[in-house]
Amino acid sequence: MQQIVKSSKRTDLAPGRKGTLLRKLIEQKQLVVLSVPFMLIVILFSYVPLWGWLMAFKDYKPGVYTILNAPWVGFNNFKELFSDSYFYLALRNTLGISSLKLVFGFVAAITLAVMLNEIKIKAFKRTVQTISYLPHFISWVVAANIVFMSLSPDGGIVNTVLVNLGLVKDPVPFMGMKEYFWLIVALSNVWKDVGWGAIIYLSAMAGIDPCLYESAAIDGAGRLKRIFHVTIPSIAPTIKILLVLNIGWILYSGFEQVYLLGNSSVDEVARTLEIYVYNYAMKYFRYSYGTAIGIFNSVVSFVLITIANKVSKKVDGEGIF
Amino acid sequence: MARIRVSVNERVESAIFDTINYALMIFLCIVTLYPFLNTLAISLNDAIDTVRGGIYIWPRVFSPYNYIKLFSENNNILNATFISASRAIVGSALGVFSCMSLAFTLSRKDFVLRKVFTKLLVYTMYFSGGIIPVYMLMRSLGLINNYLVYILPAIIGAYNIMVIRSYIDGLPAGLIEAAKIDGASEYRILFQIIFPLSLPVLAVIVLFIAVSQWNSWFDTMLYCSSTRSLSTLQFELQKILMASRMLSESAGDAATSMSSSMDVSGMVTPTSIRAAMTMIAVLPILCAYPLLQKYFISGLTLGGVKG
Repeated sequence: MQQIVKSSKRTDLAPGRKGTLLRKLIEQKQLVVLSVPFMLIVILFSYVPLWGWLMAFKDYKPGVYTILNAPWVGFNNFKELFSDSYFYLALRNTLGISSLKLVFGFVAAITLAVMLNEIKIKAFKRTVQTISYLPHFISWVVAANIVFMSLSPDGGIVNTVLVNLGLVKDPVPFMGMKEYFWLIVALSNVWKDVGWGAIIYLSAMAGIDPCLYESAAIDGAGRLKRIFHVTIPSIAPTIKILLVLNIGWILYSGFEQVYLLGNSSVDEVARTLEIYVYNYAMKYFRYSYGTAIGIFNSVVSFVLITIANKVSKKVDGEGIF
Repeated sequence: MARIRVSVNERVESAIFDTINYALMIFLCIVTLYPFLNTLAISLNDAIDTVRGGIYIWPRVFSPYNYIKLFSENNNILNATFISASRAIVGSALGVFSCMSLAFTLSRKDFVLRKVFTKLLVYTMYFSGGIIPVYMLMRSLGLINNYLVYILPAIIGAYNIMVIRSYIDGLPAGLIEAAKIDGASEYRILFQIIFPLSLPVLAVIVLFIAVSQWNSWFDTMLYCSSTRSLSTLQFELQKILMASRMLSESAGDAATSMSSSMDVSGMVTPTSIRAAMTMIAVLPILCAYPLLQKYFISGLTLGGVKG
């Protein structure tokens, strides 16, 4: 990601080759033909919808007004939003779920990468790796199905194991219990993506100079010491970049996953901002209000990622932008 | 003496570490694979027998009836399978073509629009208009209940383009120079020089797009839920998942939910149907996975994500 952003900053025109933009374009018309039609698609599907943000400042009603002739209401939608107790509930759920996912996801992926890195039998390492990122390629629909089946009180494997080990007396209906929902979301996310997440760290570890391990060993550092003083510091830049990128996404707790795992008995803890927006749009048809929530999400994400980038620049002089 | 003691301690520490490490890795593999094996076993087990419980990774009373029932009762499954497969094929073919063209022009340092196009693309990774404005755009484009809604928005993926571009950047620059001196057009350079050399990365992108097309269900629910003929396999599975959950929620305990569902669907319980459906939805991925997995990693490490 760093490379992408950095290289996009490079200046394009080589010095000495000047010309008006138009002349250049005519000169490079073949490149224009190869790029402009596809850029138009990008602009259509990614930038044109921003026009719809106007709705948040209007009282748009589908079927009654168009976006243009709907009456302006200024910041009323936002005022209503900030005085809506459901909004704060959704905000709390979103932050809770995302932070749990962030922490569990990072710790699990880094731990797995470190442990795989310590395995000396190549074939075993490969096999474990291959198996570990299989779930990344299945849909959340299938994953949610698997979670429901595994946690079912009626013969689900988790309950079977817990009961047989004597840890619980009766099967626990995990999916229907509010206190477990966030944890289930975070852990099922780990199950699905831990192997995939570990790949980046493993490729960062592949670049560590073996001399570092040797000299640490000569200085008397054991396995654990070498992990904490050589491996982890070496992948710290990678961890930092990914952390910054992910903090920008803290208001997006994963719509598909939460939507599919949620059910009526855990609704109170499962209604995140994205689901809140979805409900307003598709159930209550309050487009203006729903758009206002969407704008809130985008703006906060933008601010967060800017702050995270600034902080990481301050800490050791290197940000991602 | 002290030196030897340290190394003995070290060896003990190392052995303990390895034991725990290997045990945990094996545990991880079991936790990852078990649900798939369990689902497969349940899907191939006689539905009535499944109710007794205790099916782990091998069917007790083998029966293909769940699959037969699934395809014969829900006549939409076959059509949904076709839509899902066609999405994956058409989507990845068009997607890889357009990503390659765009990536090629963005890799050309002398291209005047390179800077502005790169910026426009990178920004799309960090924000979106939001579900409602996007929905309204699709509606005004006439893409609601239209097959094209699966294909058009997914043609361009900023991430995929960046992966291809960084691969093209790694090719020797002299190739393009030489071709230009020989008078080759840009189209020729792209299709006869860059394309054959980029096949490894293009294979990865085809896989990425095909998997995400095969797996998506939310766009079906949002844009095409009222047109049966456009339903996808994942969406059908999602409906079954929701329905069986509703059933078990309203019926209270497991026993009544079993009997009530048996009245409806004869010999097949929701668990068995769900298992069979899940297997159909993951089967192509499970089959292709061992063959393709090495490309997946190279795809992730090839691109700019190296950090």
